[in-house]
Amino acid sequence: MIPALVVFAYLAVVVYIGIFAFRKSTGREKAEDYFLASRSLGPFVFLLSLFGTNMTAFAILGSSGHAFTNGIVTFGLMASSSGLVIPLTIFLIGTRVWALGKKFGFMTPVQIFRDRWECGHIGTVIFFVQALLLLPYIIIGVMGGGTTLNAISGGWVPFWFGGAIVALVVMSYVFFGGMRGTAWVNTFQTILFLCFGAVAVVVIGSGMGGFSNAVQQMQASPAFAPLLTRERISPYYFFSYTFIPLSAIAFPHIAIFCLTAKKMTQFKKTVIFYPICIMLIWLPSVFLGVMANRVTDVPKIQEKIEARRTLATQGAQMTPEQRDELLEKRAGDDVILLLLERYAPFWLAGLLGAGIMAAVMASDSQILALSTMFTEDIFAFYGGKRRFGEAVQVQTGRVFVILLTVFAYVVALQAPETIFELAIQYAFSGYAALAPLLVAALFWKGSTKWGALATTVWTAASVVAVAVFQSIVPAPAPGPSTVFYSLGGVEALSRTPGGTAVFGFMPVVPMVLISALLMVIVSWLTSKPSRTTIERYFPRKETRPSERVATGVGQAGA
Amino acid sequence: MKKLILVLVVIALYVLHQDIWFWRTPNPLVFGFLPIGLFYHAAFSVAAALVMWMLVTYAWPSHLEDEVEHREPEEG
Repeated sequence: MIPALVVFAYLAVVVYIGIFAFRKSTGREKAEDYFLASRSLGPFVFLLSLFGTNMTAFAILGSSGHAFTNGIVTFGLMASSSGLVIPLTIFLIGTRVWALGKKFGFMTPVQIFRDRWECGHIGTVIFFVQALLLLPYIIIGVMGGGTTLNAISGGWVPFWFGGAIVALVVMSYVFFGGMRGTAWVNTFQTILFLCFGAVAVVVIGSGMGGFSNAVQQMQASPAFAPLLTRERISPYYFFSYTFIPLSAIAFPHIAIFCLTAKKMTQFKKTVIFYPICIMLIWLPSVFLGVMANRVTDVPKIQEKIEARRTLATQGAQMTPEQRDELLEKRAGDDVILLLLERYAPFWLAGLLGAGIMAAVMASDSQILALSTMFTEDIFAFYGGKRRFGEAVQVQTGRVFVILLTVFAYVVALQAPETIFELAIQYAFSGYAALAPLLVAALFWKGSTKWGALATTVWTAASVVAVAVFQSIVPAPAPGPSTVFYSLGGVEALSRTPGGTAVFGFMPVVPMVLISALLMVIVSWLTSKPSRTTIERYFPRKETRPSERVATGVGQAGA
Repeated sequence: MKKLILVLVVIALYVLHQDIWFWRTPNPLVFGFLPIGLFYHAAFSVAAALVMWMLVTYAWPSHLEDEVEHREPEEG
């Protein structure tokens, strides 16, 4: 009860910050102000908000859950690889996206693609693929809110009510505060969940009587010792995972966020401190997830360990339904919550619960991004802005925020969470496969709109193909994978306990490589944009920037 | 030359991420409780931050800033 009240107080603070604290009173509302905070964010807010925007519920709950089952490998797999790839893409791509936004007034990635490749409806295809891949995140955000509030309150707050509260809070500050409100809320939330890790380690560590004993006991146990190493994951899988963080810059909410910085120098601190921020949040979460295996006096954790053991010893003889049931039982997404319940005093559990809520409520920037994309890439592009004016465009964006949140809430109540968790897995690979679009648009003069279309269609088709494959071929029990297709004695396509393998790699590897290859081959075979357009994007050194003129952004018929 | 060195540093860091040498052992336990594989990747994160510092210090795309600055008065 007390933790739930602390979390409610936290939500009230979030609403206050998002709606009132940093509201800028202006007369007639401009789209650029609502959707991009007038491209005016300072270095502190830009760093923390960009980081917070990229950290979903998975950062705390999912990472500790993954580590509970798979061990310390979780950190190298997901955190340290992101700590290298994400800031690198922000440095190389984010800065260029920012500069184009400042120069030509772009507000979405699709606007850049349309202008860069002189296309109209191909941009609309890209919009739809991006939007469809983003939707599951928004839905799972609402679900995460409901589940977390339910768990923190000890069941006192029902799932439907918790989900409704979180949806309402997020909708309120996105509706009223736009990008400025969202950025400040994200900054506040990031500070909170960065503190979460350190406090949780100290509290749980002292509760467990220090970690040294627990680690040595794990080392001595054949069942738990592998969790302290990476032997449960193959090096191929580990390598494949480094492709996943390519998705970050291709996510529309991240690319759009890059447009909000006041000056390009604000990227400097973000690029440098990003790996440290990731480490601060993931290291404690992963370590505590592994340590949860040594907690013997929490019955729910013991049930999970028992389900894991049964699955490992008898899984091969079970039906797929029985295996799914055990997989659900062994899932460790709530181990951090269970540890807090066991070791943290009530008031602190509330504060730490607020930290978890902060990570869960990352869907705000995705809702705002979809609203920005809809109003700019569809409403404005197909003449809405010209006919009705900019104020109506902003109001349309706000109505879209309400409709989207209500839709996400209704779906969250109806559909099982596992469906959307899977969809998110596919979406990460999908966005990684869309990354060549940005790279080609920004770095390769020879790229064309047909290359962009081929990349986009391939991405959509491959995401659907993996989803269909995984739904047709049931996952095997933990252990060897089911070979579906061999080529010259080599396992070309396999169904693994956790997903799919193509020549031993995760599907994201061929998805990204073929996506890039299609961009290159199709662009070679098709005609390039006009010389004027190419020179605007790749100015010759002797050409003064002031001599170049942007063509119409956000107008149909290109 | 400077850019080439930075590219090589980034590639080296990417290769160092695939640390097969600590794959199957938790030992030594750093500070008495942190498995070496976990410590290695925490140290890797710090190294990544250092490499990012090198990139923004020695390869900052200042020409992009110049282009924007040249353009802004024209729009204002």
